[in-house]
Amino acid sequence: MEIKPLVLHYEVSGDNFTGAGEASVAMKRELRQMGFDANVIRRAAIAMYEGEINMVIHAEGGVADVNVLPDRIEIVLTDEGPGIADVEQAMQAGFSTAPDNIRALGFGAGMGLPNMKRYSDEMKIETEIGRGTTVRMTVLADSPKNSF
Amino acid sequence: MTIRKIAELLDAEVLCGEEGVDREVKSACGSDMMSDVLAFVKDQAVLLTGLLNPQVIRTAVMMDMQCVVFVRAKVPGEDVLALARSCHLTVLASKERMYTACGKLYEQGLKGGELIGD
Ligand SMILES: Nc1ncnc2c1ncn2[C@@H]1O[C@H](COP(=O)(O)OP(=O)(O)O)[C@@H](O)[C@H]1O
Ligand SMILES: [Mg+2]
Repeated sequence: MEIKPLVLHYEVSGDNFTGAGEASVAMKRELRQMGFDANVIRRAAIAMYEGEINMVIHAEGGVADVNVLPDRIEIVLTDEGPGIADVEQAMQAGFSTAPDNIRALGFGAGMGLPNMKRYSDEMKIETEIGRGTTVRMTVLADSPKNSF
Repeated sequence: MTIRKIAELLDAEVLCGEEGVDREVKSACGSDMMSDVLAFVKDQAVLLTGLLNPQVIRTAVMMDMQCVVFVRAKVPGEDVLALARSCHLTVLASKERMYTACGKLYEQGLKGGELIGD
């Protein structure tokens, strides 16, 4: 099946937790209709989901831009939240500044960023304290990670 | 094991996705930490949980799971069920507690399956 390029844009509200993950479910639905391999779709969807949840719990929301190409899915998550002081520390499995009420909802285990790195083929974080954070991830259609 | 069999073993009510109960599932996981499910679970088709929020459904969708079991007699709101329906998930509610529910399924041959990265 031939995959036609597609551009997707989602506003991620930070007002409440209920909607967190909506954009990722919507993106996954689009990717399914396009005929990507199930592993590629799952990797892109999980990476975006963790990033989307992060924007909601740490940055009062943001936007998700997804560029779907035949050989790759590029995901850009942009927020105007507090920024990340120490990216290396934030990337460590188990590191989290999430409050207890978030943990009670099933998130805040400090696995989000490590998961995003693990499921994507490329990930870059640009962040500035007080300004916000942009996370760029690429998921390749052809990748050794598809056998995860 | 079919989802119907899971419902039987856990004396669970089918809250939605009745049409999916004859699907065969090979492995399951039980967790209240969605990030752990997203991190470690591979090819598990059933998620048992004590949480009730929409992110449980969305996590199951992300992982291509087929069935969510709410334990401890918890019943989700209509919004959560509507979301599950739109994603073609079967949702069960059981009175069993997490440990017992998982144990009953494991005992009957529904294993934990592989973990990612193993
Ligand atoms: N978009 C973001 N804006 C600000 N801080 C963030 C953002 N994403 C992640 N962080 C910081 O990085 C930490 C680790 O993130 P993550 O691995 O997803 O774990 P968790 O979300 O469970 O805390 C968070 O606790 C938070 O301090
Ligand atoms: Mg996170």
